[in-house]
Amino acid sequence: MVSLTVNGKQYDVDVALDMPLLWAIRDTIGLTGTKFGCGLAQCGACTVHLDGQPIRSCMTPVSSVGAKKVTTIEGISPTTSHALQVAWIAEQVPQCGYCQSGQLMSAAALLAKNPKPTDADIDAAMSGNICRCGTYQRIRRAIHRAAQA
Amino acid sequence: MATPSTLDRRTFLKVTAAAGGGLIVGGYLPDLDGARTTAEAAGLFEPNVWVKIGADDSVTIVLSQLEMGQGVMTSMPMLLAEELDADWARIKTEWAPADPRFGNPNFGGVQLTAGSNSVRGMWKILRESGATARAMLVAAAAQTWSVPANSLTTEKGEVVHKATNRRVKYGALADKAAALPVPKGVTLKAPKDFKIIGQSLPRLDIPEKVNGKAEFGLDVQRPGMLIARIVKCPVFGGKVASFNADKAKAVPGVRNVVAIGSGVAVVADNYWAASKGAQVLEVTWDEGKLATLNSADITKQYAQLAAQPGKIARNEGDTDAAIKGAAKSFERVYEAPFLAHATMEPMNCTADVRPDRCEVWVPTQGQTASHQAAIAASGLPADKVKIYTTYLGGGFGRRGEADFVTDAVESAKAAGKPVKVVWTREDDMRHDYYRPVTYARMWAATDAAGKPVAFKMRMVQQSLMKRLGSLPPNGVDFISLEGAATLPYDIPNIRVEYTETDPGIPYGFWRSVGASVTGFVVEGFIDELAAAAGEDAFEFRRARLSRHPRHKAVLELVAEKSGWGKPLAQGHARGIALLECFGTIVGQVAEVSVTNGAVKVHKVWCAVDTGWVISPDTIKAQMEGGTIYGLTAALKGEITIQSGRVVQRHFNDYQMIRHNEAPEIETHIVASAEAPGGIGEPSTAVAAGALVNAIAAATGKRIYKLPIRAEQLRGTA
Ligand code: FES
Ligand code: FES
Repeated sequence: MVSLTVNGKQYDVDVALDMPLLWAIRDTIGLTGTKFGCGLAQCGACTVHLDGQPIRSCMTPVSSVGAKKVTTIEGISPTTSHALQVAWIAEQVPQCGYCQSGQLMSAAALLAKNPKPTDADIDAAMSGNICRCGTYQRIRRAIHRAAQA
Repeated sequence: MATPSTLDRRTFLKVTAAAGGGLIVGGYLPDLDGARTTAEAAGLFEPNVWVKIGADDSVTIVLSQLEMGQGVMTSMPMLLAEELDADWARIKTEWAPADPRFGNPNFGGVQLTAGSNSVRGMWKILRESGATARAMLVAAAAQTWSVPANSLTTEKGEVVHKATNRRVKYGALADKAAALPVPKGVTLKAPKDFKIIGQSLPRLDIPEKVNGKAEFGLDVQRPGMLIARIVKCPVFGGKVASFNADKAKAVPGVRNVVAIGSGVAVVADNYWAASKGAQVLEVTWDEGKLATLNSADITKQYAQLAAQPGKIARNEGDTDAAIKGAAKSFERVYEAPFLAHATMEPMNCTADVRPDRCEVWVPTQGQTASHQAAIAASGLPADKVKIYTTYLGGGFGRRGEADFVTDAVESAKAAGKPVKVVWTREDDMRHDYYRPVTYARMWAATDAAGKPVAFKMRMVQQSLMKRLGSLPPNGVDFISLEGAATLPYDIPNIRVEYTETDPGIPYGFWRSVGASVTGFVVEGFIDELAAAAGEDAFEFRRARLSRHPRHKAVLELVAEKSGWGKPLAQGHARGIALLECFGTIVGQVAEVSVTNGAVKVHKVWCAVDTGWVISPDTIKAQMEGGTIYGLTAALKGEITIQSGRVVQRHFNDYQMIRHNEAPEIETHIVASAEAPGGIGEPSTAVAAGALVNAIAAATGKRIYKLPIRAEQLRGTA
């Protein structure tokens, strides 16, 4: 049994200790907003926050999470009103949408420590997140828009 | 795809009173010339229903074209809502089941979201359905108020009688309208009267794509559901000889290990257990006859075939004589590799198979193909097999296949419980239906002044048309040759040949299909012809479009917007390309620089004529995404075969353009009253052409083989 705090709620999950956090969140807890894209920390689709730090949940064993607080896309705003979500809608960012939870979580972590990122800052923080639909320039615009909000 | 349209066939309309009060309008699709599906043959031909108007004023529009990011969930309702004069704020949508009555006329009634055919196939049906519903609501109001129908107008979900200042909401008229006869013909609005079409309305799917609520196939949960991973033979065509499940079954959580058609299914309580079980499963493969095949063998075989004349797709003048008699001639060989689709969401499907029914939840581009696969795998009759669709985490042609449906139905049948089959990224990369590898020989001849007098092309490729059925009697695959056989330029002698072959590697439809190759080959070669003629790449093309005014306007627009001919930053250069495909004409200019062999794409301009436009912002989004997809392929994409296996496995050896490499893309739309073209694919096709031409301008080096490797360019600039 592993105890996890996800979006402020505590869950006791009976899973293998080496199970990546991604699958505990998706399969066991049932929060499916966090996505599986590669399982190898190569695409960023599974990005969540651990005590505010963006991590790839697909390569983070549940046993290593401990008391750290997990935040998923479902936890950043109960009303879809996070400045980035508002900007994402304003810029009509998502296409298929599959990568966007991960993109938003990486962007949210960026803005939390760097409220006015430059293009270079965005490149550095976001290049671990692939968007196969190619929404990159809209993501960039949306991050700048949220930073100005 | 230039499939014949059935749009002007007679559409029979049927109206029924909806349960709970309301109006439903739809059309019976008439016979579709032998294109009937299994389900139709089994006697499931029922009225087809596109819109329901509730007594509560809600307007529900049924969607048969599936949402994979291209915006159909919004553009399809816009078409219908425009003619209905619906209140856009009250629009709801629901996904159509697998049912031939929801078929796309451009695919002979098959339900398929592909070939940039959603708007092209559906606009007329949807607009007519909206107009019919509107006419009946107006008739119902005319009856109620005892006024002539032509004294009434409609706006935002209401019928209005201006003379007496009366209004009534559609919901209040629904029951009465449902009892009225269906009007024989309806007049569609003139474009100048559009209120919804032509506006960049916010997409309906986007809000739930920013908060994790959007349900993709991988997110499907069913009570008691198990998760399966399928271990497949790494060699194409290979089969299971034997397997030992002991170690896999010893993994806690693994419930079942069972051979299915495509390999061995490891079924477990959760993905992690299934994955661990799959890793320790011992399988002996019968690798089959492709086990010694390498990419180099394929290239060699294609080159041999290209030594012989192919089937003739286009023949004007006498190319061979012109080449022989010309002042100068030259030949080039172009190569393009196999490509994986690499959708962001790996292939997956969930199925629940019981003795008397089969239910399938699937992110698919083809309800019909999924239905047929599930019918075959379950052994149940068509009416006992239900397909429920979800959002797609990318499609790009990959999800028009149904191999993942077969996996899920077979696994669930064996398990006797709902099973979600989840492919890993590696499974997805190594068991795709790849964009076919291409070998093309190109010849050109010029007169003494360097002006082109002959253009000849011979392409060797697996036949895409064969994936849909067969090649036509002339042996020419017009899907493979899209953008080549239709070369728009005035050159007196033109010959295009095609040779089909199949080395046995699974292949299929990859975003922009045949044009994904011709946009590179043809436009790259034309650019070299322009250089040989000593002309500017833009002026050369513009001077040779006398029969194609739409192409010319697109080309001029992209040149103007990109500042073609104006000075650039040191080391920067521009390239231009133009292509018609999927009924749309796209011009692109790419601005690049090359440093020590590394290509940097700074900006891409697109001009597009896609006929009348439903949502300008969706056009722009597709130009942006499609361009990135095409640039990614040109700069990085290659699937190679070694010993019958795909070498690439993940995003580290099959790489994607990322944030730090993505150029800005600027799109300009040509105002047009022509019928709509497709928009999901054309920018992908043309991207490599503009790119290689810009690289040639920057470095003097022409690219004949994709992907572009730094070694090809080192020392050039
Ligand atoms: S799924 Fe974790 S980085 Fe790709
Ligand atoms: S929106 Fe489809 S992968 Fe990013």
